[in-house]
Amino acid sequence: MNKYTERIYNGIWKENPIFVQMLGLCPTLAVTTSAINGLGMGLSTTAVLVAANFLISILRNVIPGRVRLPGEIVVVASLVTVVDMLLEGFVPSIYSALGIYIPLIVVNCIILGRAESFAMKNKPLISAFDGIGMGLGFTIALMLIGAFRELLGAGTIFGAQVLPSSFQPISIFILAPGAFFVLSILTALQNKLKAPSATNGAAQKKGQITGCSGDCLHCAGHDQVKAE
Amino acid sequence: MERLLHVSSSPHVRDTVTTNNIMYDVLIAMIPAAAFGVYQFGLNSLLVIILTMAACVLSEYIYEKAMKRPITIADGSALVTGMILALNMPPEIPVWIPMLGGVFAIIVVKQLYGGLGQNFMNPALAARCFLLLSFSGLMNNFTASGIGFDSVSGATPLAMIRSGESVDLAALVIGRIPGTIGEVSVIALLIGAVYMLVKKVISPRIPLIYIGTVAVFLFLFGGFDPYYVLCEVCSGGLIFGAFFMATDYVTSPITPKGQVVFGILLGLLTGIFRLWGASPEGVSYAIILSNLCVPMIERVTLPKAFGKEGKKA
Repeated sequence: MNKYTERIYNGIWKENPIFVQMLGLCPTLAVTTSAINGLGMGLSTTAVLVAANFLISILRNVIPGRVRLPGEIVVVASLVTVVDMLLEGFVPSIYSALGIYIPLIVVNCIILGRAESFAMKNKPLISAFDGIGMGLGFTIALMLIGAFRELLGAGTIFGAQVLPSSFQPISIFILAPGAFFVLSILTALQNKLKAPSATNGAAQKKGQITGCSGDCLHCAGHDQVKAE
Repeated sequence: MERLLHVSSSPHVRDTVTTNNIMYDVLIAMIPAAAFGVYQFGLNSLLVIILTMAACVLSEYIYEKAMKRPITIADGSALVTGMILALNMPPEIPVWIPMLGGVFAIIVVKQLYGGLGQNFMNPALAARCFLLLSFSGLMNNFTASGIGFDSVSGATPLAMIRSGESVDLAALVIGRIPGTIGEVSVIALLIGAVYMLVKKVISPRIPLIYIGTVAVFLFLFGGFDPYYVLCEVCSGGLIFGAFFMATDYVTSPITPKGQVVFGILLGLLTGIFRLWGASPEGVSYAIILSNLCVPMIERVTLPKAFGKEGKKA
């Protein structure tokens, strides 16, 4: 596996932003009422993430360290505005379903997290691949949660009737509590199956961590802080 | 030295009250209300009660077996949860809905947080709210074709009071009204409550303060009409909730001062929900919201340890 595909594998599986790092939970819990909403949110965020990582990586030697956060936010906010207008123009149904959560991509902690922990320290191309990996990981996670919630809460997936019409939809799953139920059950399954997860420290290998793995105790940054 | 001295650590005086006694006393206390519900609404109610209790016990057994924990179904707490949940159901509900609620109550609300004594809100009520949010149509359908009498129709007394119609107080007290299986008859509920009070299973503090606060609140904000207040107190789940659900040991404060605060909080929330909420009833939500405040209430009402009374903390 070369270092570019490794970034993608890393984003989707090993350091999945939702299931492993538990970042960006606000849009995750709020917009995943259906699979299509999850997909829309995921892809919008991916687009912003890839472009932001690429641009910030190019600018990483120009942005002074003390004002790097405002600098990053300006880049991210410009990109989000573009995505916002594109969505409004071409997919108005998704745009109205996602609502306030599109502008809120600006403060999505995955994007700032990747900018801080990866793009500011690496070359543009690999930063873009890191963005693709993290974005796809986010998209897959949102789509999975959305699909489960839609299945149980409405009996459909991507709007197509899956369960027989005699199935009585459990509408709590498309309300806010359902998001917590589904996320926690999926995380419990991860732990049970020993997949990488926020609480499953054994699955993390020491010394390979580039960003935040969620496992604070064994985090490379943890030792750094102590050393300083 | 023929007799061995028996050495043990304190406490040396033990009460004979056990979790089992308490739970079975609560169950016995609910029998009058359950029996009245079955008499009034027909056999579907009986089926709902039996199957919900079975679902609770069975899911507790399966979960504890799967997690290799000690099996605690014999302590009766799952039976109580099932009974409370069943009594909170409308009489004509398809039985799989309360059964699903029972599984949710035991596994999600009770066992995932560590089992009996660890749950942060009343499992039966949390399950009821889960079902209310999920199947609002079926859960609010109080049309019953009961065999007890034939004048039961759609709206519950609370909905009628809200829309300005007058209700018959005598029917409210006896229970000849539409409603959930266990909440309709004030007399049957009070028989159970008196039984629990006599057996000292519950203290009267929480229920009386709760009901009193609701009465005062509705008197002040509902137009100074005693008859209206009396109808409100006797209808809906207030009596049932106050004596059987708000007094749950696990989810109510243990300090006397805390119980006063808890009762007042319950009363205020119920009054607010009933007067200005979207639905005419608010007892369930008031109780689970107050359950969430219990740790905070207990922290501020913790009595000072002996010898430290005068000092500042």
